[in-house]
Amino acid sequence: MDVYLPIANLSVNGLYIVLLGGLTGILSGLFGVGGGFLTTPLLIFYGIPPTVAAASAATQVTGASVSGVIAHSRRKGVDYRMGTVMVAGGVVGALIGAALFRALQAIGQIDVVINILYVLMLGAIGSLMMREALSAIRPGMAGSAAPVRKRRHHPLVASLPYRWRFYASGLYISPLAPAILGMLVGILTMLMGVGGGFLLVPAMLYILGMAGNVVVGTSLYQILFVTMVTTMTHALTTKAVDLVLAALLLLGSVLGAQFGTQIALKARPEYLRLALAALVLLIALRMLYGLGVQPDEIYTVAPL
Amino acid sequence: MRGAVRLGLVVLAVLIALAALLLGALPAAAQREPVLVPAVSQSRIEVRQGFTGARLLLYGAVIGPGGAARAGDYDIVVVLKGPTEPVRIREKARIAGIWMNAGSSDFRSAPAFFAVASSRPVREIVDERTAAIYELGTDFIQLSPSGLIDPEEQARFAHGLVELRRRQGLYQENPRGVTIREKVLYQARIDLPSNVTTGRYTAETFAIARGRVLASATARIEVVKTGFEGQVVAAAQRWSFFYGLGAIALSLGMGWLAGRLFARV
Repeated sequence: MDVYLPIANLSVNGLYIVLLGGLTGILSGLFGVGGGFLTTPLLIFYGIPPTVAAASAATQVTGASVSGVIAHSRRKGVDYRMGTVMVAGGVVGALIGAALFRALQAIGQIDVVINILYVLMLGAIGSLMMREALSAIRPGMAGSAAPVRKRRHHPLVASLPYRWRFYASGLYISPLAPAILGMLVGILTMLMGVGGGFLLVPAMLYILGMAGNVVVGTSLYQILFVTMVTTMTHALTTKAVDLVLAALLLLGSVLGAQFGTQIALKARPEYLRLALAALVLLIALRMLYGLGVQPDEIYTVAPL
Repeated sequence: MRGAVRLGLVVLAVLIALAALLLGALPAAAQREPVLVPAVSQSRIEVRQGFTGARLLLYGAVIGPGGAARAGDYDIVVVLKGPTEPVRIREKARIAGIWMNAGSSDFRSAPAFFAVASSRPVREIVDERTAAIYELGTDFIQLSPSGLIDPEEQARFAHGLVELRRRQGLYQENPRGVTIREKVLYQARIDLPSNVTTGRYTAETFAIARGRVLASATARIEVVKTGFEGQVVAAAQRWSFFYGLGAIALSLGMGWLAGRLFARV
């Protein structure tokens, strides 16, 4: 099924794009990650220009998260107060990210910075999650003895002033912590074209110490709004949002997200976390390999 | 009888004319040069839904001096060139074990598309100098480098650009892309891939004999996005804010709809 993408300026097999959207949709419903970290590289690999891939993936992540947010809010899995604080930080972060993006693009180092960021962050988060998941599944492995009571939140978070009550998360912490977290993720959303869920979910669990049942829903809530801002920023600055590409990705991902949510309700969270950790590590290794190996194209062309 | 006399006179006149031609006595040079009469299968290529590229046929006839049907042995080279734009080429190098952009070079006029089709390999038809003058090959594209870089480095960057675009199907060389029939009619085929840039393309046809360009003709081809695709591009460029709102609305709508549908099942 040949489909012509007007902004990307080329024709693709529509079926592949829908399937790719479906795959990221399942991830999104399952783990609360947007799946952008998978969509963007795969689209680029398929031959779609990187900016168009990143911009349209952001649009797709919006759609994938709205169905996820609906599904999770139905079972009271969203802390709206926490989410809104993070969104506020995220919007600030997206604007900072846009400025950084332009500066790096001007000196031609945006790609390598993105790749290094991917490797560092995915590698660190992946191994952290892997260790946690393994120790939860098999007590006594991975260093820690019997399942110890987890620390509620990081000592740094406790030291911040002005505490608010976040009932759904079961927390009494400063709103600055989630706002800063949201801002950092917002920068990444703009820079890397990802929702940032792979960073948010573990940070919410291990740094903020949020209750596990609201983590995924709240993460999707933050991603939903930050990707909306990102889509608009791209539409206004890079003009790289391809509606046809986004629609195809959306078609796959909204359906996939529903499946993912169903699976998430049935499967054991430790195993889900183990699977996500393995996936994150795999992508980190692939990107590390990509940095060191001579690329297929030594030359790149950018219009002036 | 009078008819035969008249025929005899005509034959004589032709013989005289031919003799004069051979002696180089005829002053008007144009009459000695063959004339190219080109045509294009499509002067307008519409990029719309389902566009997977287009095959362009450039055909025509070469008419010999004084209207003779046969112009003798000649070769045809067709050059199709897309709109040019200024570009920056970046080159990756291994720095501290990581492949990253190291050097860059600017070119003021890189064509978005460039295809050469000829009846024989171009270097068998003309010498390098003529090929360079008429841009008869991807090695001879006039890229107009800018900035102060030494020529050797510039050539390396230009080669990098040409190789990259060749792999993308945007720069092509087809040494057997032109067929000539009865030494009069020629036909060139050039395939435009689906990733072509829109804009004004020019097709130049050259009739070449004994290493010399005898005649040339230019045709214009317009590549435009039409229908829904054209509107999407126009909206993204002109009404970016509403386009962005539309994209957000689309994603929210589809996500919400899927959520609703699933809840019912």
